[in-house]
Amino acid sequence: MKILVAVKRVVDFNIKVRVKADGSGMETANLKMAMNPFDEIALEEALRLKEAGSATEVVAVSMGPNACQEMLRTALAMGADRAILIETAMELQPLAVAKLLSAIVKKEGPQLVLLGKQAIDDDCNQTGQMAAALLGWPQGTFASKVKLVQGGVEVTREIDGGLETVALKLPAVITTDLRLNEPRYVTLPNIMKAKKKPLEIVTPEALGVDCTPRLKTLKVQEPPKRKGGVRTADVKELVAKLRNEAKVI
Amino acid sequence: MTREAMEFDVVIVGGGPAGLAAAIRLKQLAREKGKEISVCLIEKGSEIGAHILSGAVIDPRALNELLPNWKELGAPLNTPVTEDRFLLLTEKGGWRVPNVLLPDCFQNHGNYVISLGNFCKWLGQHAETLGVEIYAGFAGAEVLYRENGAVKGVATSDMGVGRDGKPTDAYQPGIELHAKYTLFAEGCRGHLGQQLESRYELRNTADPQVYGIGLKELWEVAPEKHQPGLVVHTAGWPLESDTYGGSFLYHFDKNLVAIGFVVGLNYRNPYLAPFEEFQRYKTHPQIRKFLDGGRRIGYGARAIAAGGLQALPKPVFPGGCLIGDDAGFLNAARIKGSHAAIKSGMLAAEAVAQALAQGRSGDELVAYPSEFRASWLYDELHRARNFKPWMSRGLWFGSLMFGIDQQIFRGRAPWTLHLSADHTKLKKASECESISYPKPDGVLTFDRLSSVFLSNTNHEENQPCHLKLRDPDVAIKVNLALYDAPETRYCPAGVYEILRDANGENPRLQINAQNCVHCKTCDIKDPTQNIVWVAPQGGEGPVYIGM
Repeated sequence: MKILVAVKRVVDFNIKVRVKADGSGMETANLKMAMNPFDEIALEEALRLKEAGSATEVVAVSMGPNACQEMLRTALAMGADRAILIETAMELQPLAVAKLLSAIVKKEGPQLVLLGKQAIDDDCNQTGQMAAALLGWPQGTFASKVKLVQGGVEVTREIDGGLETVALKLPAVITTDLRLNEPRYVTLPNIMKAKKKPLEIVTPEALGVDCTPRLKTLKVQEPPKRKGGVRTADVKELVAKLRNEAKVI
Repeated sequence: MTREAMEFDVVIVGGGPAGLAAAIRLKQLAREKGKEISVCLIEKGSEIGAHILSGAVIDPRALNELLPNWKELGAPLNTPVTEDRFLLLTEKGGWRVPNVLLPDCFQNHGNYVISLGNFCKWLGQHAETLGVEIYAGFAGAEVLYRENGAVKGVATSDMGVGRDGKPTDAYQPGIELHAKYTLFAEGCRGHLGQQLESRYELRNTADPQVYGIGLKELWEVAPEKHQPGLVVHTAGWPLESDTYGGSFLYHFDKNLVAIGFVVGLNYRNPYLAPFEEFQRYKTHPQIRKFLDGGRRIGYGARAIAAGGLQALPKPVFPGGCLIGDDAGFLNAARIKGSHAAIKSGMLAAEAVAQALAQGRSGDELVAYPSEFRASWLYDELHRARNFKPWMSRGLWFGSLMFGIDQQIFRGRAPWTLHLSADHTKLKKASECESISYPKPDGVLTFDRLSSVFLSNTNHEENQPCHLKLRDPDVAIKVNLALYDAPETRYCPAGVYEILRDANGENPRLQINAQNCVHCKTCDIKDPTQNIVWVAPQGGEGPVYIGM
């Protein structure tokens, strides 16, 4: 079984980002970039399935500028067998990513597509669902457990009320949540070996996908600063403040 | 698990200006001679530049030698210094020192205001195009030795070791990197460099190294207040005249101002807090006028080697050498070290290439110190050699004497003054007055934690503490009892805290190692040298952006 894992290049999770002074977007110049942590979890799960003998090949896919190669090299160093970069300088929104992903799925024919439930930069949480819809495949989102069974896969999902387990037929799309696993450390010899693994570059045009953005960002602004709390002398004062100042009761 | 080993001609520990310059020079020489030299460089930061913190005004002299076409190659030296100001501050006012009175070492004409982090990133990319293998996110954790006692290489740190020292599920053993020659470029107070200095007695004929702590913030200022290339240095307030220190304020790039404060770690009063002095300094009318209406976007701190020539250890030992500030080539009088780091890396690389060409391996690179002695860098450091010793005798007397040293003798005075170790200088708390610092306003001045937040520092919580106490009892019995826990004040990241129980008794030292920004000040200033800084897991620590 072949597994395809989508990995996105995002600002490293340690970095505190800031809004550009003119409010046109986020400041990204010179920031450290990394693989989206949820995608890292997806990749780790794929590698564990392969190591357990359930999968034969793990292919990592990324989309965006040429610099996405770095994330794919990391994926290869973690253990992916080969990588594909869909290179474009265009801003990619979730629908375009889902279209590109389904195009590459049709070309590669994996049984399972794994990706993070969302990316930590735009927090859209849409790509996996849209890709499943475009492919007409079943989807198991927010996975905290993935178990391959005869002819299908059981996915335990993290939902508001607790956990929900769904049974999907293969091929399927699974998006991964935080508690699914803890990704491995990349070792130095594996980074060296990853330099020699195959990395193919294709374009959206070659896949016949129109990536033109459909959403327009009007303005980006920081959330208002939280004001410090105050200590009230008694309940009466608290109620008065809630009623007259906060106007919540 | 046993460690894997890999062989290289040269292994370099640390991706700062020294290490990268050495790597680049080695590849250049290999090309010139048509002989392959394999070079592996490891860096503990998550990427090249992540742990780099400097002012910085760079003198391009060494870069001109390393990469004469740096402009065409796109080096990020974009802001030439346009104006130099030196201010002596008093609490409410101050004087500008006329530029004609400033010694040459304070003149910055022909230099550039840069982000040293971005510069190193660029150097790293260039090094990779020349074939240097760069591995960021791997810390040099251990020096490896050959049977004959020479350095064999380094081992990277184990990953996934739990707080209790036992391997977790994610455990990955470190890798041994073996080399014919290993270059240590960890920067000031490198923890492997410290071990090498003592093992090979490299400091036998040198003065003890002396240090400063530099704190820095990056500000985005109002466009109308930005004067690209303006360089302002100050001395005086808020420090007492017996404490060595001063500030820098550099305008560069798009509305960016790098502002920083340096305090000599030979300060005596254990109540002094360099971080608070820095915050207080920003409230001076001559300084805040640049910052009002701006916002702070970065913060960090790093110790600086300031001892100069007298404190330079023997930089070579069998199988390797110390380069850059791992040895301490910084010129404190010019408050500049990058050019010296680059030059020392180049000199070491030339000695290594020569040795490799002769088929040598694992011996002492004697050509490196001898070529250093013949270089402009030696001459420069020799002229500046009395700066730090004079300045440690107080701002006014020190300035006068260093002025005579420079203006009358042109750095060739018939005397050389000596230094003593910083950690011996701290007085007992009972002999000193405590200092009360103003509360931060959250706009111009800040507390430590909101500052550390901007350093983007992070450490895996479940790992052995990387700040070791030789004797845990000393923290309370000596540090707290005699010096009122100075580590809680000199640490710029709030790593050290004294906690007490509900009754305010049974004090204990809490070490918040996750906050550490790898400045190494605790390793330097701890009065009994009880705190030892070792490298945590690779890829951790601050992630500085444009610092």
